[in-house]
Amino acid sequence: MINRYEVIETNEMIEKENLDVRTITLGISLLDCIDSDLQKLNDKIYHKIYEAAKDLVSTGEEISREFGIPIVNKRISVTPIALIGGAACKTVEDFASIALTLDSVAKEVGVNFIGGYSALVSKGMTPADELLIRSIPLALSTTERVCSSVNVGSTKTGINMDAVKLMGEMILQTAEYTKEADSLGCAKLVVFCNAPDDNPFMAGAFHGVTEADKIINVGVSGPGVVKTALEKVRGENFEVLCETIKKTAFKVTRVGQLVAQEASKMLNVPFGIVDLSLAPTPAIGDSVADILCEIGLEYAGAPGTTAALALLNDQVKKGGVMASSYVGGLSGAFIPVSEDQGMIDAVVAGALTLEKLEAMTCVCSVGLDMIAIPGDTKATTISGIIADEMAIGMVNQKTTAVRLIPVIGKGVGETVEFGGLLGYAPIMPVNQFSCDAFVNRGGRIPAPIHSFKN
Amino acid sequence: MKKTIITVVGKDTVGIIAKVCTYLAENGINILDISQTIVQGYFNMMMIVDTNGMSKQFGDMADELAALGEEIGVVIKCQKEEIFDKMHRI
Repeated sequence: MINRYEVIETNEMIEKENLDVRTITLGISLLDCIDSDLQKLNDKIYHKIYEAAKDLVSTGEEISREFGIPIVNKRISVTPIALIGGAACKTVEDFASIALTLDSVAKEVGVNFIGGYSALVSKGMTPADELLIRSIPLALSTTERVCSSVNVGSTKTGINMDAVKLMGEMILQTAEYTKEADSLGCAKLVVFCNAPDDNPFMAGAFHGVTEADKIINVGVSGPGVVKTALEKVRGENFEVLCETIKKTAFKVTRVGQLVAQEASKMLNVPFGIVDLSLAPTPAIGDSVADILCEIGLEYAGAPGTTAALALLNDQVKKGGVMASSYVGGLSGAFIPVSEDQGMIDAVVAGALTLEKLEAMTCVCSVGLDMIAIPGDTKATTISGIIADEMAIGMVNQKTTAVRLIPVIGKGVGETVEFGGLLGYAPIMPVNQFSCDAFVNRGGRIPAPIHSFKN
Repeated sequence: MKKTIITVVGKDTVGIIAKVCTYLAENGINILDISQTIVQGYFNMMMIVDTNGMSKQFGDMADELAALGEEIGVVIKCQKEEIFDKMHRI
C-alpha cells in the first residue's frame, strides 16, 4: 500500500518543484475535409475540429482535479495544411483563410494553441507547399493561436535549400508583419529537419499523415524535479548522478503516461505517445539551464556544457522509456532561451553564445529555440543558420529545429518581452560574415551516406 | 474499490480529524487507513479512503474538502490513488 513518504514526495514535486503535465495534444486528421471549394473546406475543417475537441479542455481539467496534477496546456495538432488546402487555395489569402478558421475553432474549444499550419518539403515543394509557406507571414499576423512549422530536410532526403532560402525570407517577413508585438509571429514558426509526426509540443506540432484519425499525445515536464533530486547528490560521481536523473525521469514520465491513458479513455481517442521532454518555463525553478549548473557548471555555456547536456538528455530517455508504453515526439531536453530563466541569465552573463547553443543542439532536442536576434539580420544569414542546424539533424539522424525571432527595430543588448510561457529574451549577436553566395545557389543538398559511419 | 488519498497539512488544532471524518461519514466515504504525525507543531495526515459508495462527483468532494480545510486552517487535498501507485510502483 502507498505510504506517507511517497505521497509527500509526489506532492512536493507538484507543489514546490513545478512538476506538471505540459500538454495534452489532440491530433486530428483533416484529410477527410479536403474539398476544392474553399468555403466548404473551411466549414468542414471547423466542424471536424470542433466535434473532436469540444470536450478536450474540460477533460483535461477533470483529470487535473482527480490526480491533483496541473495540466498546463490543452492543444490541437492537425494534418499539415499544405496537403489539405492544395485543391482549394489559389492565393496566399486563400491559405490564410484556413488559418483564420483554425484560430476561431481554437478559441471556440478553448485551446491555447493549434499547430499544423505546416508544409513538409524536405525534398521538393509542390505549388501548394510553396503557396502555404508564402502565406505564413499573413497567417501568423492575422491569427493568435495558430502555430506553423515547415520541414525542410531529413536524413533520408537531404536538405531542400530552396525551401531553406525561402524560410529565411519568410521568417524576416513574419517578423516585419508582427513588429508591433516585438515580432511575436516568429515565436509561432519553426523550421525542422526530421520533424516527428506525433510531437505534442508547440510550435512544431502537426498531425502526420501516417497517424490515425484522432490521437492523444502527451508532453511531460519537470526540470525542477530533476534539479531538486540532483541537489541531494552534489559532489557524487557520474554513476550516482546518472542514476538519480534516470529514476527521477521515470517518476515524471509515469505521471504523463497516467494522464495520457486517462485522457484517452475519457475522450475515447486512442493514446499515441508520451513525449519524454524536459521542457522549461520562465518560472523560477523550472529551468534546464539550472540542471546544467547543478551538474557542475557555473553557467550554461561554460566548457563542459555539451557533455552535461548529452548525459542529461540520455538519462532522461533511459528513465522515461521504461515508464511509458509508447514514447515518441521530440523526447529530450529542450533548450529554448527565452523560456528558461537560467538560459537568459547565461546569455546576459556572456557565458552562452549562438555558436555554443548550436553545439548543444547536437546532443539534445530540439534546436536553436526561441532565440531573439537583431531585426536587421539579413534573410540569407537566417537561411545560413537554418542550413547549419538542418545539417546537424540530417547527419546525426535526429530532429533539429530553428525558431529565431529577428526583432524588428531592436539590436544586440536590448531585451524583448513575449509574455506568458514564451518568456523574455536578450537579443543575441549573430555572426556578421556573409553566406549570400551559399544560400543563393539553389537546389538541394543530397542525403548523407547511411553506412561507413566512421 | 476506488481508492482516493486525502492529505491534510497545516497548523495543529483541536478537531481536525473529527471534522474531516464527519464529512466523509456524511458522504458515504469509507476510511481504509489513517496515518498521522505532528512535526514541529504541524499536523500531517494521510488517509486512504474508498469512494465507491460516495454519492457525489469526485470534483465536488475535492472542492468541499478544500473549503472545509480553509475553515479549519489546513490544506486538504484529494487525489486518486493511481498517481502515487504509478509513480512509485513498477
